[in-house]
Amino acid sequence: MNTIFYITAAVAIIASLMAITNKNAIHALLYLILTLLSISVIFYTLGAPFIAALEVIVYAGAIMVLFIFVVMMLNVGLQEEVENRWLTPRKFLIPSLLAAILLILFMIALKDFRFENHPAIDVAPKEVGISLFTTYLIAVELSAILLLAGIVGAYHLGKQKKKVTHRFLVKQARIKK
Amino acid sequence: MMTVPLEIQILLAGILFLIGLVGLLVRRNIIYMLMSIELMLNSAAMVFIMGGAHWGQADGQVMFIFILTVSAAEVSVGLALILQMYHHYRTLDADSMKKLKDNKANANL
Repeated sequence: MNTIFYITAAVAIIASLMAITNKNAIHALLYLILTLLSISVIFYTLGAPFIAALEVIVYAGAIMVLFIFVVMMLNVGLQEEVENRWLTPRKFLIPSLLAAILLILFMIALKDFRFENHPAIDVAPKEVGISLFTTYLIAVELSAILLLAGIVGAYHLGKQKKKVTHRFLVKQARIKK
Repeated sequence: MMTVPLEIQILLAGILFLIGLVGLLVRRNIIYMLMSIELMLNSAAMVFIMGGAHWGQADGQVMFIFILTVSAAEVSVGLALILQMYHHYRTLDADSMKKLKDNKANANL
């Protein structure tokens, strides 16, 4: 199990690096899907099979398909993007340096913690379900409201706007002509 | 059995989070920025799962489900906003949305 963890961790890091540096949007999305799949394998090794399945179904299956549909609708990559002109490897230098400093600080902070070293404990989906619908019931209701707000917001924003909405604006448009 | 120390696991989540952060800072294409935010949310959720597996509690997985809900709602609204932006500006460059900026170059727009 340990070797599986280390191999998938390496795959996740390399694939996410490729995802943020790739210029082709579809390729970047495919690398991101690879990252999500390897994170799902890590969840499986950690003893959370239900979450691993959820990661594949919801993230790699639903959210990434949404991304790919939008990328295909907008024909990203075919037109000349402003970004392609100035995005050189040197642009990654300063943010990477800052992130490396943060990572070093993070490692120093983590070194002081003394976690007891024992194997990962499996948590069955049954316990998760019981906890979800007893202790966290209000949070479940709230997330349902959040999803409803998401649906309404996405519907409203995704609508094509009418050219003229009000008769006053029609009059204004005629005067301008 | 999986016996990787918790420090190494959290370090992996931190590395993925920082990769997402670098992507968010460097890229100006708004689809890539949304992808980087997804990566950061995912690595943050990973820490919950790792803590839950370490202490054998179900709360970590419950929190993962909530983060999943939030990120699904965020992505659907964000992609709708990207579509609107593309209809208005015909580009995905995040720097093109600067009408609120008060400078002479945009004064006659």
